[in-house]
Amino acid sequence: MITLAHAYIVAGAFFAAMSLLSMQDRSNRRRIANALFWGMLAISFLAGQSLGDLANGVLALGLVAVATAGLGQGQARTTSTEERRESAQRRGNALFLPALIIPAVALGGTLIAKETAWGRLLIDPAQATLVSLILGALIAVLVAMIWLRPPVAAPFQEARRLLDAVGWAAILPQMLASLGAVFLAAGVGGQVGRLFGEYIPLDTATMAVAVYCVGMALFTVVMGNAFAAFPVMTAAVGLPVVVNHFGGNPATVCAIGMLAGFCGTLMTPMAANFNVVPANLLELPDRKSALNGVIRAQIPTALPLLLVNIVLMRALAF
Amino acid sequence: MLVLLGIGVVILGFVLRANPLLVVMAAALTTGLAAAWTPQADLQAMTDAALSTLSAFGRAFNDNRYVSLVWCVLLAIGLLERAGLQERARALISTVKAATVGRVLWVYLVTRQVSAALGLTSLGGHPQMVRPLVAPMAEGAAETRFGALPDRERYLVRAHAAAADNIGLFFGEDIFIAIASILLIKGFLEQNGVTVEPLEVSVWAIPTAIAALAIHSVRLALLDVRLNRRLGARTRAANAAEAAP
Repeated sequence: MITLAHAYIVAGAFFAAMSLLSMQDRSNRRRIANALFWGMLAISFLAGQSLGDLANGVLALGLVAVATAGLGQGQARTTSTEERRESAQRRGNALFLPALIIPAVALGGTLIAKETAWGRLLIDPAQATLVSLILGALIAVLVAMIWLRPPVAAPFQEARRLLDAVGWAAILPQMLASLGAVFLAAGVGGQVGRLFGEYIPLDTATMAVAVYCVGMALFTVVMGNAFAAFPVMTAAVGLPVVVNHFGGNPATVCAIGMLAGFCGTLMTPMAANFNVVPANLLELPDRKSALNGVIRAQIPTALPLLLVNIVLMRALAF
Repeated sequence: MLVLLGIGVVILGFVLRANPLLVVMAAALTTGLAAAWTPQADLQAMTDAALSTLSAFGRAFNDNRYVSLVWCVLLAIGLLERAGLQERARALISTVKAATVGRVLWVYLVTRQVSAALGLTSLGGHPQMVRPLVAPMAEGAAETRFGALPDRERYLVRAHAAAADNIGLFFGEDIFIAIASILLIKGFLEQNGVTVEPLEVSVWAIPTAIAALAIHSVRLALLDVRLNRRLGARTRAANAAEAAP
């Protein structure tokens, strides 16, 4: 059975290759830093489960240190714009097929693992989507290699070109998830809830609904994740005040409260995988600023939608 | 109250524009130290607290490795970009006469939202779909209409391609009953003595989903208006200059 452990080995080998290729790239003046960064990430994927907690913490600290010192951007060997145009012309729309293999296998693999008896033996159903995503990527590479016949190192060189554009932001989502765990252990959520409960007047149902929804959005902006904000704000305001005191329907209140949190996710650089990673991938010039182009494109949708959520909760939950 | 210092570190870090990885690590250590601090604590106790926080962070970092797995898809995407995938996406859209930036992104928004509502959240994403296909298609639609794009408009179009993916995903996925957020709500309510069926929760995501689609559709229409105003005049002037003897 293919499990997450196998996917981690693939990812470990992938990051190790990124490290080696970075090391060899003499055009990058900070190539040692790049090689160290991807090398440490490779160690985390290949050996993280047997390293022990403190060693993993030191590894994360090392990644932070190298990233803070600064990564460089390499010059991966790739094709020119002219060559690409010519190739696009010659190969036509068939070029889309390998790209669609990835979502197709991710989806098909998930369904097979969850719905069929033999699929369960092939792919770990508990991690079906992640395992299938990696399988899809590998199959797509295989198909593209056989069809396009590029140099053998091409997939790695091309991946390095893209990964260098993302840079250290590649591990920001994983780091934020870890910060969430530390916050949870220290009881940060409970404290925030107490503050809200003590200092904000919640005399009317409308006021309580507004405070709960805006609080979900604001706390999500700080934490970068509505899942982290939800238990805190719902325990502080949602359940005791909106549901128990004013008699709101708990399913409606929680569902719309979560979506109010998602409005916050649209507005924060802390939601790295949604807002920072695409800015890097799309090479936006303002990708390093707190309000990058992606977030600015989203705020005018997020704010009216937050207001709509408040109105909807007030209208539907009582 | 001291444990809230960690949140302060996060906000301060963003205000000072420090490296976000450094901010995250500093916030974690601050939180761990603040939780352990008492007026009687000596250096030894604080060192222990720092080490145990680093261990907790390391355990969580290791448990969350799956978050960074997605980068492996760059092997395939990079290879196809090398063979002209983005150029092909642009060329395909330029053959569709009715295509505008707003319409291309609207079709993607609807597809993303509907597929997410059916639980197919893996049918999109920034590395897999936005960078190789959606952004080039949107740029291609703009180029067909207005010619080569100035940088400001090019990046505006790309940012909107990423936004369409996020908004479609966020306000579609909650309609599906077996998505993480719905299960989190169910679990949270159960701990607090309220039993709900996932379906009871997910149907209440539908009104917001409709509102999100309506609001963002208007925004995409306005994006077309804005691009027309900024670039349309320029293109018409260029065409007129060409037509003049």
